Amino acid sequence: MGRAKDKSGPLARRPDNSAFKQQRLPAWSPMLTANTVLPFFYLMALICMLLGVWLLLTVQSTREVKLDYTEHGACERCFQMRKNVSFAGEPCTCEVNFSIGKQFKGDVFFYYGLKNFHQNLRRYMDSRDDGQTVGRKNKLKNPSGYCEPFARDSNGVPIAPCGAVANSMFNDTFTLTYHQSSRSIPVPLLRTGLTWYTDKNIKYRNPAVDNLTLAQAFEGTVRPLYWQKAVYELDPDDPNNNGFINDDLIIWMREAAFPNFKKLYGILNRNDNVKFAKGLPSGNYTINITYNFPVQPFRGRKEVVLTTLTWFGGQNHFLPVAYLVTSSLLFLTAVVLTVVWWKFGKKGKNMQLTFQ
Amino acid sequence: NKSHFICCSQFFAEKERLLRANDRSYNLSFHYAKNAIKTSKYNVFTFLPLNLFEQFTRLANAYFLFLLVLQLIPQISSVPWFTTAVPLLAVLAITAVKDANDDINRHKCDKQVNNRLVNVLVDGHLKKEKWMNVQVGDIVKLESNHFVTADLLLLSSSEPLNLVYVETAELDGETNLKVKQALTVTGEMGDNIEALSTFRGEVRCEPPNNRLDKFKGNLTINGQTYGLDNDKVLLRGCTLRNTEWCFGLVIFGGPDTKLMQNSGKSTFKRTSVDHLMNVLVLCIFGILATLCAIMTIGHSLWEDKEGSVFTVFLPRVPDVDVPLSSFYSFWSYVIVLNTLVPISLYVSVEMIRLGNSFYIDWDRKMYYPKNDTPAQARTTTLNEELGQIKYIFSDKTGTLTQNIMTFNKCSINGKNYGRNMCFMLLSLQKTQRVDFSWNQLADPNFIFHDYSLLETVKEGNPEARAFFRLLALCHTVMPEEKKEGELNYQAQSPDEGALVTAARNFGFVFRSRTPETITIMEMGRKVTCELLAVLDFNNVRKRMSVIVRSPEGKMTLYCKGADTIIYERLHPSCKKLMDVTTGHLNEYAGDGLRTLVLAYKDLEESYMDGWRQRHHEASTAMEGQEEMLNELYEEIEKDMTLLGATAVEDKLQDGVPQTIEQLAKADIKIWVLTGDKQETAENIGYSCNMLREEMKDVFIVAANTAFALEKDLELELLRTACMCQTVICCRVTPLQKAQVVQLVKKYKQAVTLAIGDGANDVSMIKAAHIGVGISGQEGMQAVLSSDFSFAQFRYLQRLLLVHGRWSYLRMCKFLRYFFYKNFTYTLVHFWYAFFCGFSAQTVYDDWFITLYNTVYTATPVLALGLFDQDVNDRWSFQYPQLYSPGQLNMYFSKKAFVRCMMHSCYSSLILFFIPWAAMHDTVRDDGKDIADYQSFALLAQTCLLVLVSAQVCLDTYYWTALNQLFVWGSLAVYFAVTFTMYSNGMFFIFTSVFPLIGAARNSLSQPNMWLTIFLTSLLCVLPVLTINHHVFKTDIQINLKNANTRRSGYAFSHSQGYGVLVTSKRFLRLKSRSALFTKTDTALVENQPQYYRTITEEPEKSQG
Repeated sequence: MGRAKDKSGPLARRPDNSAFKQQRLPAWSPMLTANTVLPFFYLMALICMLLGVWLLLTVQSTREVKLDYTEHGACERCFQMRKNVSFAGEPCTCEVNFSIGKQFKGDVFFYYGLKNFHQNLRRYMDSRDDGQTVGRKNKLKNPSGYCEPFARDSNGVPIAPCGAVANSMFNDTFTLTYHQSSRSIPVPLLRTGLTWYTDKNIKYRNPAVDNLTLAQAFEGTVRPLYWQKAVYELDPDDPNNNGFINDDLIIWMREAAFPNFKKLYGILNRNDNVKFAKGLPSGNYTINITYNFPVQPFRGRKEVVLTTLTWFGGQNHFLPVAYLVTSSLLFLTAVVLTVVWWKFGKKGKNMQLTFQ
Repeated sequence: NKSHFICCSQFFAEKERLLRANDRSYNLSFHYAKNAIKTSKYNVFTFLPLNLFEQFTRLANAYFLFLLVLQLIPQISSVPWFTTAVPLLAVLAITAVKDANDDINRHKCDKQVNNRLVNVLVDGHLKKEKWMNVQVGDIVKLESNHFVTADLLLLSSSEPLNLVYVETAELDGETNLKVKQALTVTGEMGDNIEALSTFRGEVRCEPPNNRLDKFKGNLTINGQTYGLDNDKVLLRGCTLRNTEWCFGLVIFGGPDTKLMQNSGKSTFKRTSVDHLMNVLVLCIFGILATLCAIMTIGHSLWEDKEGSVFTVFLPRVPDVDVPLSSFYSFWSYVIVLNTLVPISLYVSVEMIRLGNSFYIDWDRKMYYPKNDTPAQARTTTLNEELGQIKYIFSDKTGTLTQNIMTFNKCSINGKNYGRNMCFMLLSLQKTQRVDFSWNQLADPNFIFHDYSLLETVKEGNPEARAFFRLLALCHTVMPEEKKEGELNYQAQSPDEGALVTAARNFGFVFRSRTPETITIMEMGRKVTCELLAVLDFNNVRKRMSVIVRSPEGKMTLYCKGADTIIYERLHPSCKKLMDVTTGHLNEYAGDGLRTLVLAYKDLEESYMDGWRQRHHEASTAMEGQEEMLNELYEEIEKDMTLLGATAVEDKLQDGVPQTIEQLAKADIKIWVLTGDKQETAENIGYSCNMLREEMKDVFIVAANTAFALEKDLELELLRTACMCQTVICCRVTPLQKAQVVQLVKKYKQAVTLAIGDGANDVSMIKAAHIGVGISGQEGMQAVLSSDFSFAQFRYLQRLLLVHGRWSYLRMCKFLRYFFYKNFTYTLVHFWYAFFCGFSAQTVYDDWFITLYNTVYTATPVLALGLFDQDVNDRWSFQYPQLYSPGQLNMYFSKKAFVRCMMHSCYSSLILFFIPWAAMHDTVRDDGKDIADYQSFALLAQTCLLVLVSAQVCLDTYYWTALNQLFVWGSLAVYFAVTFTMYSNGMFFIFTSVFPLIGAARNSLSQPNMWLTIFLTSLLCVLPVLTINHHVFKTDIQINLKNANTRRSGYAFSHSQGYGVLVTSKRFLRLKSRSALFTKTDTALVENQPQYYRTITEEPEKSQG
């Protein structure tokens, strides 16, 4: 079109004879005939079945323990206590016992889970300031309006980290103990290295420290209202795990998509103790819980999950089962179609008119 | 939209225009528009506000703007403002650039036109002036090949008798020369500058209007008043030809000229798909409101039960209680779910239509090499309607026939001349052509096969001589004699040309004309007749007369016209001759010839004087001029003496019978509307294959159709007509043609197409849903008012069966897919609402929402709408029955829309719940998070995009390399953009805009993500595959089935085409069809490797 027409003569206005303009572009016209669709169905059924079986076997090889400790045993007392806000400052601990019959081989992951906690509400999710948590100095003292009403405390001092997400951070703590005969051996948990690399190193950063201590860097801010410790004191054991780059904070700040979720709390440290070099041995265990997080108001539940993993993730049976179901669906459809085709379609009624 | 170009001085309604030549101050007092034109809409300052305003008056853009405003309200905004702003800006920017470009071109054009120079008489001197400075009342001088500056009153010219020749191509598209003549009284001034500059004539005339063929007014010079008509006016847009110079007085300038008054846009046609689309968009608005209402209820319930106990972690916004927050959530969900209303649809639809129009322009098989005319889509918004035509209304002359007239037979004084047609065909070689070599002025191309006529003329038979004298005198043909003896006729209608040429060859050579005389060579003797009056032809009169005074002083009225009209006005003494001639006329008409009856009348000198006086009065009258003239004509054209009749043959165009047969097989009803006699029309019907001997229910509306078009009878007419296979309406006027079209449009709710070539078809072309113009012999008026044009009737089958069918198919597929893709995309949000407390949280990333329609899914669907073909063009011709789905609205209807919605519901359920089930309790292979919101958003949007890409592939029948490129390109762009936007760099620069840093890297590396994507796509595609395969190309199958039942009606045609073969059983057994079709295409096409879809035939049942 854009090309200037320099043609002249009797056929000056004759359109070009290009395949594009004459709509004769070479093309492939795939035909959904029985001959192509049926093999496809059978093939897909087979693939899905193989995948399903493989996934199922993989998932079966994982081990998992789930414990709802909301009102479990001794935690009942703490549960009642957390009902009343006036006791919020009082510490409460409880113990939960469980045993595993078969050894948890390999890496073992410790999760805490929450039910009916809506991290995915729009206003909740918006209530954060990525500029502050990435360590911008100006944002630290001047949090975004999205954080309201958790941007400043009643005196107008900026909160760090601001917003509803950070404010509601899960603050139960757990220690796991293994009981071998009468001896209690604390199970060593790695409390760092739990987050995405990008979160720990890029998305979350402490404000520039220079020669100051972290506490000094955060000077002029207060901790979120519901927190018991300031953000630079979150991990008393590891000074490098404090401030905005605290693993627990980062994990909490990665909001869950659904109201029931679990978040990584720790990984079994297999190098610390020979006992746990191969994973968690079978036997009795106790979890000591510092019960801080109130779930009673919103009718939530709290749980801990201990699990081993495969390349496929944790113990999720949905995908293997879904694949198997899909496979059988495909197979059934294929069979029905084959019968139909055999009975009505095949006997020469499908005239295939092919051009030479 | 021309109205606002008219200058502000026009606010008062001008009832009459008064002006005086060479008197600027007097004329200025009326504030007439100057000659400067302004077709541009904007200037530098007004462009932005005006253009924006114009764009926002469109519903789509206004809706976008409304959403944008909603998003700026913090309580409501569920999605950042840019999700709407970016697509809106894109659309606005593209349109603005296009508008700006158009306007710049218009500015340039205006500037160029306004700065043209012309000689203007100022203060007694000719001065070069720019066009824009010319004013009403100025006298300008034009030279040969100049454009006419403004609407001018012709004053004088270089040619004898103050004639000028003009070409009106720019005005009405007609290229033949027209003649204009100045009043003698002004013509006397010649090029005498002094006389001209002292000329003080006063013109009183009608106000500016857009009628090109009428002008009323008078000129007063020194108290004498002279009538002015269209012949004395040169219109802007014409070009002066063959005239050295002329002077004219400016009457209308610039925006007041008839050219500019005419440049308004004609009525805007909309297709039935458009109407359906509008209804559906309204439905979607309803659905949107319903969904939002459900969300609101959900929100209030949730807030009441769950939200109230969650306030510890997320306190309520002060002063916002549950009802208010529910109200907010309604609007929030309007924002989230707004993509249900496919606003970008309109832009895409326009693009697809434009593309499909280009294909029509580019089609070589609709290009007519003989006069270098390609087909042209003059309207680019009606393409898909071409695939839904149910009724075709066709003109006959020039449309079905070539409109190349040959004088074939005649009846003179009751004697028939000219050979019988059949005999002639058989003995074409043997019959000798009449030798006209004795006549030096004869046209060598003229062929006649009856010597006896020539002999009769040579013998000096008075009737024969009068007959040909009439033919040489009574017409409006312009002669052109560039060299001595090389005559060339410029005729407005080919009939006239043929008749004058016949007279020329029989020794009555029309040589030259002036407004007052006609010179003919009568058997070698030069005779100059004085032309006293021309009683011109029009569609109501259906006749034309001239009154001439021979050199001997005898005054005669010569008249030719339609038989019925003339017969009414004959002297009773002609009764016997009338009967004989009627017999001949019937015979001619039976041969499909066009007939005219010739008559004359001798006039008394005394009567004529009185008549001429009254004629002069009538023609200068300002009011009721037409009626008075008609009365006068009526008075003088009576008691005439019959001379005879002429028969002119108009050959059928190539391929007309085959085309009509094809279209009939496609179940398109063809009505022929013609002004011809019934017999002529019937005969054409037979030769076009429309009528066949075995047909029983043939309906030929003869007599006066106007009678049947009256209110109470029109339904009856329609019912009768629609029961018939073939309808031929003869003797219809242009207005009746339009009435018939409107009748069918009104009561049948069917898509109509009108095809014609002449000015008399314009009303019909404008009335029908689609007007097609044949660019042939009769000027360009039909083409100018048509939507599509080409050179030959036979291209109609390609236009409908190939282009129309494809356009319809593409548009429907496009719409179905477009609705599907947007519904699927949006409904996922709806399902997610049940998990996020109806808080108007979106599933997808904001940037995905921004780019989904504009970038990620824009091109594959365009490719679908531009390249798809279910069967190729040859198959469309082989099976004209494939056309009927369009007529039955099968591919896109409300039902199809509901199906499409159900499909979307299914897909969105799969798209949401499979990822939900797979992810909500899962972690990465290193135990880290993957069930977070960001990963889920990424997963859901990736699933969606993979699915819609797969779906577009399934919908595509015809996979060209471009389709593939667009599909894979879109996916590649998606991943590239996603990884870029989730990268570290982007996060650092725009921290709050790209919070999903790392989500792509961390989750797309997980195998269970990909397993989920695969499973979702598979489950969504599965039912489509099953149904498509099982029902197995429903459309084609149904058509062939329909064809079976219809077969009895059409199968046994007389023509030896492949039509019979296609519909017979024998054809289906043929393994190789190559022998049948080798001639339908060029060799080049044959070499093109192509693959064909399987076409299945239903089990053969009762076959006729």
